[in-house]
Amino acid sequence: MSALSIKQLTKRYPNGVEALRGIDLDVARGDFYALLGPNGAGKTTTIGIVTSLVTKTGGTVEVFGHNIDTHRELAKAELGLVPQEINLNLFEKIETIVVNQGGYYGLPRTLAKQRAEKYLKELQLWDRRRDIARTLSGGMKRRLMIARALVHEPRLLILDEPTAGVDIEIRRTMWDFLREINERGTTIILTTHYLEEAESLCRNVGIIDAGQIIVDAPMKEVLRQLQRETFVLTPREPLTETPVIGGYELSLRKDGDVEIAVEKSSSLNAVFDVLDARGIDIVSMRPKSNRLEEMFIDLVENRGAEKITAEAGA
Amino acid sequence: MNTWQVNWVGFKTIVHKEVFRVLRIWVQTLVPPAITMTLYFIIFGSLIGSRIGQMDGYSYMQFIAPGLIMMSVITNAYGNVVSSFFGAKFGRHIEEMLVSPLSNATIILGHVVGGVLRGLGVGAVVAIIALFFTDLEIRYPLVTVSMVILTATVFSLAGFINAVFARKFDDISIVPTFVLTPLTYLGGVFYSISLLPEFWQKVSLANPILYMVNAFRFGILGSSDIPLATAYTIVIGFVALLFSACYWLMHKGVGIRE
Repeated sequence: MSALSIKQLTKRYPNGVEALRGIDLDVARGDFYALLGPNGAGKTTTIGIVTSLVTKTGGTVEVFGHNIDTHRELAKAELGLVPQEINLNLFEKIETIVVNQGGYYGLPRTLAKQRAEKYLKELQLWDRRRDIARTLSGGMKRRLMIARALVHEPRLLILDEPTAGVDIEIRRTMWDFLREINERGTTIILTTHYLEEAESLCRNVGIIDAGQIIVDAPMKEVLRQLQRETFVLTPREPLTETPVIGGYELSLRKDGDVEIAVEKSSSLNAVFDVLDARGIDIVSMRPKSNRLEEMFIDLVENRGAEKITAEAGA
Repeated sequence: MNTWQVNWVGFKTIVHKEVFRVLRIWVQTLVPPAITMTLYFIIFGSLIGSRIGQMDGYSYMQFIAPGLIMMSVITNAYGNVVSSFFGAKFGRHIEEMLVSPLSNATIILGHVVGGVLRGLGVGAVVAIIALFFTDLEIRYPLVTVSMVILTATVFSLAGFINAVFARKFDDISIVPTFVLTPLTYLGGVFYSISLLPEFWQKVSLANPILYMVNAFRFGILGSSDIPLATAYTIVIGFVALLFSACYWLMHKGVGIRE
């Protein structure tokens, strides 16, 4: 049985916008799954339907085997949601927000208080428990939303861009926490615009574009498909001309660094030898962008190109 | 834990949240009606009322006291639900409940009971203030209590519907200002409809608040312009109708789900 099973999910808004065009998705129990896609691709709509904040037009959704149409309460009891936008009662005390959320899932107040203490401590918010939510920083509000989503200990946790606007230190602390939660057995679905986050955390990835799933595969397999990588070479003195090296594609950047795109199996030794022979001393080398990001852009742009070609043909 | 238990705990949580909200902002929720009603008692009851004389065999102060209690119950029950539910919608923390396994009926009932409790609390405060100005003996306690609870329920449900449709804060003040206040003032709070010309007496009978105020006044004073059975039929009918409307709106997700 999957943690989440989506079949032929469609959503058409009253204004005619077709947000989802027959999505099929299966997320295994215990998985850490990345759901990626550009803005407006349909990620949040999909999550909205699964959590019943958005009504679907067609298709079926099951959470741990519970159909959201026929066994809505059972399905919802398995879910925890950290939404994209801050949706806290900003005038409520932090501890009360978490305790009340436990109550909405049927936790007796004593147990809800124990759980609130547990998760607020784990997310370093316990010292602020008597403050109202409005006084928290952006990162703290995000962590509070995670604590709130976990208070009933759901088997499936959905995080819709949980680290948006959070500084890197706190983001990495949150990553560690999410890894731990996943290791304890909670299935996690993560949407994010930080692709290094998805690459670092997730075992499987789905890419959604224009309301359709265009990739659904293990992260390793997706990354393996990358044939080319681009590196940025920084010379000791900024270059003014693009070096020409046979068999390699180099380009000069505005800052005097050089970009080089190579096939995954290629060696860079020859490049360094030629540059060295020309008196160009390379002091550092770094990947141009995150690998997943390259593939993501490639996939989405290619689909855009295909669409333009198809529309032109029509 | 079965569905019934989840909903029972969820219901208690919503009520708890609503009651603490009222107590937390007591300066906004409990003090203003106390001050307003004190002024009503002083101006209409003592100063003007002493010149009016008797109404339906009671002093004017005694006559208006049940109406003023009911007026504050109506306004506060309505205001509590409309502001709380719309505030939750506006701040999007209504999603806390919408993603949970709580049934639509539980969400409605939790908010309605919150509204009823605020209405009753404010009504009790106003009743205590009234005792400083006049003697009030409750002739029929069962009628008094049941009618005040039913009335608070009707207006809590109405407030819930207003909140569902409201898109901005202006939308939650339109109904109280342009509908609720005129209907309350014309609902027999300050006068007996027997004083009106026959035509306006018949027009007044279309005002549901008239039945609530009169039945409540009957419970306290033992006098009413309206048969009690008619009042109960209408008020219970409104409860059933408005609850069904709330349930349907929640089921369809009107104003709260995309």
